[in-house]
Amino acid sequence: MSSRAPDPAARAEALATAALAGDRRALARLLTVVEAASPVGEAAVRTIHTRAGRAHVVGVTGAPGAGKSTLVNAMLRELRARGRTVAVVAVDPSSPITGGAILGDRVRMQEHASDDGVFIRSMAARGHAGGLAATTNTAVIVLDAAGFDLVIVETVGTGQSEVEVAAAADTTIVLEAPEMGDEVQAIKAGLLEVADIVVVSKGDRPGAERTANLLRTMLAPLAGPHDADEAAVEDEDRTTSGDRTTPRRARPRTPEVLITTGATGGGVAALIDALDRRRERAGSGPIADARVRRAATLVWAIVAERVRADLGSRERAAETRALIRDVAAHEVDPYAAADALLATRDASVRRDEEGTP
Amino acid sequence: MSDRPIKVLIAKPGLDGHDRGAKVLARGLRDEGFEVVYTGLRQTPEMIATAALQEDVDVVGLSILSGAHMTLLPRICDLLRDRGLDDVLVVAGGIVPDEDVPRLREIGVAAVFGPGTTIGEVAAFLRERARSRDIA
Ligand SMILES: Nc1nc2c(ncn2[C@@H]2O[C@H](COP(=O)(O)OP(=O)(O)OP(=O)(O)O)[C@@H](O)[C@H]2O)c(=O)[nH]1
Ligand SMILES: [Mg+2]
Repeated sequence: MSSRAPDPAARAEALATAALAGDRRALARLLTVVEAASPVGEAAVRTIHTRAGRAHVVGVTGAPGAGKSTLVNAMLRELRARGRTVAVVAVDPSSPITGGAILGDRVRMQEHASDDGVFIRSMAARGHAGGLAATTNTAVIVLDAAGFDLVIVETVGTGQSEVEVAAAADTTIVLEAPEMGDEVQAIKAGLLEVADIVVVSKGDRPGAERTANLLRTMLAPLAGPHDADEAAVEDEDRTTSGDRTTPRRARPRTPEVLITTGATGGGVAALIDALDRRRERAGSGPIADARVRRAATLVWAIVAERVRADLGSRERAAETRALIRDVAAHEVDPYAAADALLATRDASVRRDEEGTP
Repeated sequence: MSDRPIKVLIAKPGLDGHDRGAKVLARGLRDEGFEVVYTGLRQTPEMIATAALQEDVDVVGLSILSGAHMTLLPRICDLLRDRGLDDVLVVAGGIVPDEDVPRLREIGVAAVFGPGTTIGEVAAFLRERARSRDIA
């Protein structure tokens, strides 16, 4: 605490101003404070949020080893050739036991290390105060506000929160390496449902064309007016059990299936063309929907974190712990405990409001 | 906030193509609870300094085998300083002749870990010497 500047808002302001003026070191530090969900990070995001919203946010996901980082590297090459600036957030899993992580995506992208139009940041998946989705989405806001034309987020397509992160992008690319059999990794992981573009990676390997055709066949039935009706019905059903403020992901139109060879750059220009076609329609349609979903994810994550932090705060911790122990002892049911916690919170909020002159 | 893991960049500067030691260290530090950004082989000093800056790491760990350490390490330390990364702890591992160590310490390499060093020793050193976890 002592080493921190007395006023988080002033420090946030200074960092944000420098970062947005192009100071890369300040940008890197801003990402650190955002990742730590510190008061400085929060204050900084508040000041820069109106400056964000211009970047095309692209999620890249797929099974471990599917070729994501190699593809991102090839995309960087193509995008730079087209004069675009690009930031990358590369998320790797953390060990649930030690909390440590090896962040190895960057290895494949180091050829861009001395290019000022590229900024690469690695992040470990676990242990973020507000959850992975909140952390990566605020990091995206920072990089967007810093002026990058595209922000690419790489996550591995296993694990609910990792998939959520990629799915929250404006455009979600799902990778599938060529398979010999009829297995599709992306189906098992539920990834095809979030794909806007499906990419068969490692196009130089045998079976790439075959895998692409298999995916096209699998994806085709999602299209058509009949299915759209069914999707609408299903939508109604789901919203009754969930909340009505988070729009469900619309049934995708049949996603395009492309083949790329990240290792050589083959097919990558066509992928960037596909991204640009989507970007052109950004003001309306799929990207506008994606942005509402992303905002909803972030706001709900912050609400959850605030309530949790408050109920677990020093003043309330004893009370909260006692209630939780009662649940463990089966003396209080978990719903009653949750309601009781929320009620004490409401009461104290009212007290605070009445108490303030 | 202050208990966020220490973030370490592990890089292998120079042209020799062998990074087993660096990979063992990366995995070992992961198991000790560190976040390890691994940048791989044949890194130029510029690539290392830029990666350290963008990743905002607390520690830069350099794996040295080539014998070119007396040119590479000073260059990396200079670049880190140029970019304002004065509070980043720089350590080296590998085979470095004893007589070179004082000079390396002078230019800002906080420790040189020889072949017999255990992961536990490296981890303990980094925990003790890495900059305050409170920068956030
Ligand atoms: N033949 C071939 N191999 C590739 C290609 N792209 C990636 N690979 C190989 O596939 C392996 C994994 O590549 P990455 O790009 O690291 O894959 P990833 O999906 O980012 O991996 P994780 O982040 O660990 O999940 C590496 O051995 C690459 O060399 C390609 O286009 N062709
Ligand atoms: Mg990767």
